[in-house]
Amino acid sequence: MIWVKTRNFFSIVHHSLPRFFVACLLLASPFSVKAAATSAVPSPSASPSLEQRMDYADAERSNSDPSPTGIAPAASPSHTAWMMVSAGLVLFMTLPGLVLFYGGLVRQKNVLSMAALCLGITALITVIWWAVGYSLVFGRSFAADGASGFAHAVSPFLGGTEFFFLKGVNGLPNTDYAFWIPQNVFCIFQLTFAIITPVLIFGASAERMKFTAVIVFAFLWFFFVYIPLTHMVWGATGLMNGVWNPKAAIPAIDFAGGMVVEMACGWSALVLCLVLGKRRGYGREPMMPHSMVLASVGTGILWVGWYGFNAGSALAADGIAANAFLTTTLAAATASLVWPLAEFLQRGKPSVLGFCSGAVAGLVGITPACGFVDAGGAVLVGAAAGLISYLACTTLKRAFRYDDTLDVFGVHGVSGTVGLVLTGILATSVANPNLLGGAASTNGLKAALKGHTLWLVQLEAIGITLLLLIPATLLITLIVRALVGLRPGGEIESQGLDIHDHGEEGYTLNG
Amino acid sequence: MKKIEAIIKPFKLEEVKDALSDLGIEGMTVTEVKGFGRQKGHTEIYRGSEYTVDFLPKIKIEIVVADGALEGAVAAIVKTAKTGKIGDGKVFVLPVENAVRIRTDETGDKAV
Repeated sequence: MIWVKTRNFFSIVHHSLPRFFVACLLLASPFSVKAAATSAVPSPSASPSLEQRMDYADAERSNSDPSPTGIAPAASPSHTAWMMVSAGLVLFMTLPGLVLFYGGLVRQKNVLSMAALCLGITALITVIWWAVGYSLVFGRSFAADGASGFAHAVSPFLGGTEFFFLKGVNGLPNTDYAFWIPQNVFCIFQLTFAIITPVLIFGASAERMKFTAVIVFAFLWFFFVYIPLTHMVWGATGLMNGVWNPKAAIPAIDFAGGMVVEMACGWSALVLCLVLGKRRGYGREPMMPHSMVLASVGTGILWVGWYGFNAGSALAADGIAANAFLTTTLAAATASLVWPLAEFLQRGKPSVLGFCSGAVAGLVGITPACGFVDAGGAVLVGAAAGLISYLACTTLKRAFRYDDTLDVFGVHGVSGTVGLVLTGILATSVANPNLLGGAASTNGLKAALKGHTLWLVQLEAIGITLLLLIPATLLITLIVRALVGLRPGGEIESQGLDIHDHGEEGYTLNG
Repeated sequence: MKKIEAIIKPFKLEEVKDALSDLGIEGMTVTEVKGFGRQKGHTEIYRGSEYTVDFLPKIKIEIVVADGALEGAVAAIVKTAKTGKIGDGKVFVLPVENAVRIRTDETGDKAV
């Protein structure tokens, strides 16, 4: 604490600019901490010493646990600012990113059906999240000491009831997940993932699934697939949360949602479109995107929004977030090069949809990996995702002749799964020291990483995810079919969903 | 009075319009249309799905002229819209019974 001895302001600035910034931080942090803390926490009885405050500031900068300092936990302005931006970026991927991307890729008569489901699901999931969703995913009361044996048995699959109706979800951190961001910001950040995942599914059923069926499906799927799967992967007591749950039975790693978002939407999309059947006239009538302009604008929004998705998943503005920012960029660019290159070699023309699809495949592939791999690893993930998804959307789809309208399986399901396996191979503790942290040492993640067997753990996690996804989605699809029916009927499908389901048209002539 | 309907390549529109203006033809109606004749369409590929696009974008010009102006107008269109390649389009000439200028109630040749 050399700077304490130096009283002269100018000598600090002159001799040591870095020290000056540390001093500023030191002076500023108690004020900001108090400002944030007064609303909810009684201030500690004894005022903390300078050394405690310094340790507290260090913990904030390094995004580590401040509890040894004895100062009450509070939100950090800098980490919080980044997380609020990130949450906004991820919502921006759905509204308007997917409205434009999905809307542009369907025919003109169905453009509003895509906008409607993006908006409708955003609203629906938000209300469910408030009531029970957040708590069932990120609570932990089922594993509490007083809880029943049954509750303990389900705790690897469901969180708890303590945050129902967001009770107690306020400006203080929930240190199960992040030391320095308010739980209400964490809750909204996670909400934006819960929104985009079901929205993505309906790219596969586009142009032929009626809106009532979409909403009922989204509701059931969210409860029976998204909530348990997300708790299993990211919940504090989750079955497959390798980095943070010391009791995780399967110490798998998924940084930003390879299982939770990409596999979940991709494989469910495949099941849904198989039960749904092909669009009328599929393979005979032209079914071209009505606006590649909208689709490419949407792709750009998705790419930018993905920084919130991936780098934001560090839940702090720290070095891990910065690394995720870098790896996300590299993987997206690499795949966006590989896909159109494959088209060029195979058919002589690199298409705009090829650039777009490649970028999305790369972003999907790097999603589970972004906070665990380095730059070289990211390029490998991007190349693999771009190429394998290209083959899935062209060769595989043609061979099996299923009608996955917007290739949700080919891009999200395939690249998400590929990314998860590669994460197991390429993860390095240099990119993320948490791979060797306390939980990882207890549950076997550290050993798997050192023994180069993490990819086998990832395969196990992939298998369990599929065991949940495929039967549950199949059942839900059949239930929705029995309840409200899935398709609107031939004539209406030919006319387009917009007029029938919404009574509107995307484009009208008379101004 | 005769009506000329000319289907031309879109990029030739400006030239044709200027040539007709030089002849003193003061108005025309232009529509973006799609169609095909002997010119074959092309294929478009979206993520491996291949579509044959038969209908190609063309421009349809409609003008109504007095009988005396017909020959010059048709010749000007044919001359300026020609590239010599397949797909240059066609010119149709139709008889017109009457025309009314809405603003002034003028009829016949005075109205066109």
